[in-house]
Amino acid sequence: MTTTPAPAGAAAATAGDAAHPADGGAPAPMIATEALTKVFPSGLRAVDGVDLTVAPGEFFGLLGPNGAGKTTIIGMLTTRVQPTAGRARVAGVDVVAQPARAKRVIGVVPQTNTLDRSLSVRENLHYHARFFAYGRRQAAERAEALLEQFRLTDKRDVLVDELSGGMAQRLMIARALMHEPAMLFLDEPTVGLDPQSRIALWELLSELNEDGQTVLLTTHYMEEADHLCDRVAIMDHGHVLAADSPAELKRTVDAEAIVRVAAPGRSEVEPPSPDQLARLRGVLAAVPGVRWAEVRDGQVECHADSARGLLPRLVTAAEEAGTGISDLSVSEPSLETVFVSLTGRELRE
Amino acid sequence: MTAVAETPSPARAAAPARGPAEAVRWPALVAFGALLLRDARVLTRERWRFLIRTVSQPLMLVFVFTYVFPTIGQELRAFDGQASFSDILVPGVIAITMLIKGVQSVALPLVDDFGYTREIEDRIMAPLPVWAVAVEKIVAGALQGLVAVVVVFPIVALVPAEPVSLDISWGHLLAVGLLAPFVGASLGLALGTLVTPKQVPMMFSVIILPVTFLGATYFPWTQLEAIPWLQWAVLINPLVYLSEGFRMALTSLPSMPPAAIYAGLLLCGGLTAAIGLWGFRRRVLA
Ligand SMILES: Nc1ncnc2c1ncn2[C@@H]1O[C@H](COP(=O)(O)OP(=O)(O)O)[C@@H](O)[C@H]1O
Ligand SMILES: [Mg+2]
Repeated sequence: MTTTPAPAGAAAATAGDAAHPADGGAPAPMIATEALTKVFPSGLRAVDGVDLTVAPGEFFGLLGPNGAGKTTIIGMLTTRVQPTAGRARVAGVDVVAQPARAKRVIGVVPQTNTLDRSLSVRENLHYHARFFAYGRRQAAERAEALLEQFRLTDKRDVLVDELSGGMAQRLMIARALMHEPAMLFLDEPTVGLDPQSRIALWELLSELNEDGQTVLLTTHYMEEADHLCDRVAIMDHGHVLAADSPAELKRTVDAEAIVRVAAPGRSEVEPPSPDQLARLRGVLAAVPGVRWAEVRDGQVECHADSARGLLPRLVTAAEEAGTGISDLSVSEPSLETVFVSLTGRELRE
Repeated sequence: MTAVAETPSPARAAAPARGPAEAVRWPALVAFGALLLRDARVLTRERWRFLIRTVSQPLMLVFVFTYVFPTIGQELRAFDGQASFSDILVPGVIAITMLIKGVQSVALPLVDDFGYTREIEDRIMAPLPVWAVAVEKIVAGALQGLVAVVVVFPIVALVPAEPVSLDISWGHLLAVGLLAPFVGASLGLALGTLVTPKQVPMMFSVIILPVTFLGATYFPWTQLEAIPWLQWAVLINPLVYLSEGFRMALTSLPSMPPAAIYAGLLLCGGLTAAIGLWGFRRRVLA
């Protein structure tokens, strides 16, 4: 086997259920910060009194626009930025008091490519493991296993300059995992990747997390945070404005689901008439759960608290009224909506 | 993605204390050793580049001044014609080799690292204190300096037209030979953390060039008596102590007093190392 066996006691703390700690019986947090603050010499309060708790096994996201302070928080948690005030522990280690020890329990994937260009793909993994006291054999075996897992075996002997953006990013993640860190940090891991590589990376990260890896990721893409994270902290100007599961965040801002309903025209090419749309609007507006409906862009938009269970009722109502439905699309409330409601601004500007 | 799903995950992670580093008595020391291993691997991969960069300057110096010059009757001599120029140049070239190696192997890669590549990032995240990563840079640079001298020595001994008359004092050679590469590498660390990529050409014009030309390499420091202000001024130049040190260790020619040489080496080494460690920390931690 390639994995070093974890001590029995430690293995029991596997994160599968720790991701949803029972009330009261919460496990020791993987990350705990208290009033964590960074004021740069310029006087800028990049991070201002942040309290964060990340549970073992959790996939945690820091979501915020550029300059929100995400990288600075990761910097402090990974021993690279000295906090001006406050405290931070990762896997129980005080990152300020014991930086060298803290580095043993964390794996970091920084925002830019920092692969060692003087080494081959395999050697990037191998020497990383050697830094962490893996013997030659152990390091070699683990490198091969991770190359396999991250689909880089074909490239094992090339220099890292020859990797595509997606491969380089996978190698960076593999390298960060070589020493079996308790905590994996990723700073905007999908910036600059093409959509396909981004989706592939999402799957990869989800799988890692399902296998028990605790992950903290920063992003300014709200779909990314929504898709990947168990919990998301929404950041702006160095403050955490809200931290919760994406679903709960959306619920708290009273965001709504929008269902767009298209009506069939009289023929293939002809769009439905205004009368037809108006009648459909009337029918759908009366369906329980729909707050209000309007005709927009040749479709009927139904605004509802939630799309859950709503679609069958909409279809039935339309059929009973004899209007019928040719297409349905649902847009759930997004973290974008949450961000706007918290800050009054758009996430990307 | 199925391929990934089917593989048992080696990246499986559970609780904090895992990995061999937890079981090792001195994980920082192991990490230090592994950093040296990494540098050794890079050096063997780039051995031809290393050789060419190491040999070219000394070879040209020795070839032109100690082979071409005497052969075409344009000979330079020192100590009122008592000493051949090759006897002057041999210690100087060895000193220059060590100093330049410090710049090549420590300063230039660091300038790139901090300037844009950030390749050193992974080594900074190794489980040892940041200052120890900087010390490893000095040690690796010093070892490269020693290797460089081993390569260069046969050249300076064999190329000159007139045989080189060496008079080795082994004690001094050992002491200077160990101190000198550390001075070169420490200077490299200091420069590497202070200079930005844009300033590199300037660094060569303003620092490296004067240091190498006024480093008692082409002339013995003692003969500067004739220009007293210069004899004093060059004392701030670390290369002077390297050259005079090797002059003392390798030849019977007059040199600066040993106490002054060792004091100079220690002072220059200590000062540049301190500046280098401070600069390294400043570039790595915010
Ligand atoms: N080393 C530094 N010195 C001074 N200001 C900095 C430094 N690093 C970041 N900042 C500033 O701190 C703020 C937060 O930056 P950062 O943490 O990188 O944000 P994010 O990662 O969310 O985009 C920004 O205004 C940035 O310009
Ligand atoms: Mg950032």
